[in-house]
Amino acid sequence: MLLIKCPWCGTRDESEFSYGGEADIARPATPDTLTDAEWADYLFMRKNPRGLHREQWVHAHGCRRWFVLERDTVTYRFSATREPG
Amino acid sequence: MNKQKYSIFALLRNAVSYNENWRQAWRSPEPKKKYDVIIVGGGGHGLATAYYLAREHGIRNVAVLEKGWIGGGNTGRNTTIVRSNYLWTEAALLYEKSLKLWEGLSQELNYNVMFSQRGVYNLGHSLQDMRDIERRVGANRLNGIDAEVVTPGQIKAAIPIINISPKARYPISGASLQRRGGVARHDAVAWGFARAADALGVDIIQQCEVTGLNRQADRVTGVETSRGRITADKIGVVVAGHASVLAAMAGLRFPLESHPLQAYVSEPLKPILDTVVMSNGVHGYISQSDKGELVIGAGVDAYTGYGQRGSFHTIEHAMQAIIELFPLFSRVRMLRQWGGIVDVSPDACPIIGKTPVQGLYFNCGWGTGGFKATPGSGWVFAHTIARDNPHELNAAFGLERFTSGALIDEHGAAAVAH
Repeated sequence: MLLIKCPWCGTRDESEFSYGGEADIARPATPDTLTDAEWADYLFMRKNPRGLHREQWVHAHGCRRWFVLERDTVTYRFSATREPG
Repeated sequence: MNKQKYSIFALLRNAVSYNENWRQAWRSPEPKKKYDVIIVGGGGHGLATAYYLAREHGIRNVAVLEKGWIGGGNTGRNTTIVRSNYLWTEAALLYEKSLKLWEGLSQELNYNVMFSQRGVYNLGHSLQDMRDIERRVGANRLNGIDAEVVTPGQIKAAIPIINISPKARYPISGASLQRRGGVARHDAVAWGFARAADALGVDIIQQCEVTGLNRQADRVTGVETSRGRITADKIGVVVAGHASVLAAMAGLRFPLESHPLQAYVSEPLKPILDTVVMSNGVHGYISQSDKGELVIGAGVDAYTGYGQRGSFHTIEHAMQAIIELFPLFSRVRMLRQWGGIVDVSPDACPIIGKTPVQGLYFNCGWGTGGFKATPGSGWVFAHTIARDNPHELNAAFGLERFTSGALIDEHGAAAVAH
């Protein structure tokens, strides 16, 4: 069980949270001009790194707010947590 | 390589010589400077690819590079279920090719992979589940795959210990049954393919980690490894959970996310469950190994990760599912737990084919269900590498489907959640 630090509620059990995948993926500003390859990159392609990963979590069974975490995907150790945006 | 055939006579001959004269099953050669084809990843899929390259396509100057030991990754970390009852035609035909290969594999490899066609039940727990099951069984039959719908009474007759009470939290409404499905011995699959590939001249090089892919313009030229530089005309990458890491070495982005997937075995019991039971609704699957252990699996841990372990509440979830189906297992103690890293693609289907880099081929994205595909995956991937073109069975599984939009959506449709 991971212990996750919600920026608003503090450290709680992983089972209170839902995982939201890779952070910092912005919806394209001009979708009507995108090529198929650019759409594929936005929709499907992921960094999936072995090491530090910036990712989104939501405190689903708590304050229900989203936040961004930095986590090592090998040791599962969190190194930073902050509000989104 | 002087191959030693395994048979009853070999057993007797070696028994009278105190089993001191068995030869090693495969060599441990030093890597050569150059190969025609390098396969990165010595799991079942990689070893099968090397075997079929040598056997079907006559390409024998092949190296399999494995960073740990062969079969030490997901090949040794799964729940060994083999079936082919997938919904969509592309997937069904690919898995069915694999199942057909399984049926002759022990003879073909002269190695007992203990493939046991004990049947696979996929349970339904609601009217909608049963509609989906009937649709899938119909689709399977149209594709020439054995499948049938069975009632709770038929399930109870075949598996007396299952709980079909209508008072259960998720009562069992019926199931699909694939009688040709079953289980195989996971280590034996890796060892059998390794031994057979080695006999055909393939170099299996363990403890050799690939640290970089070398390319010249748009073409691969070889790999950097922990045991030096090795050049090759063609490189096939079959590394499951680490596919994104290898792709990044070639400057490619893949539509994959790697998750830990846990499995569990119990203390050994007397024979009590002679088939495979899977449930999408309560989300667990179970069979009994030849050693008597209950082999149990469930869903992936939610987060991405490369640590070969998972969270405790995932264990609890898997056990809840099994106790729901088999209340008498509530007193069974679990013996071991482990995690493998599975590379999940957006449509829960593998990616097998060419890449934008000439001579570089990827076989990945098998997610939670790759074991059953081991022989078939190797068979189509060997064809893809040898001919520089996919076989018709894997033509639909290229990386380009994420750009064209022609996804093969087996999420949930494939009889079990991924």
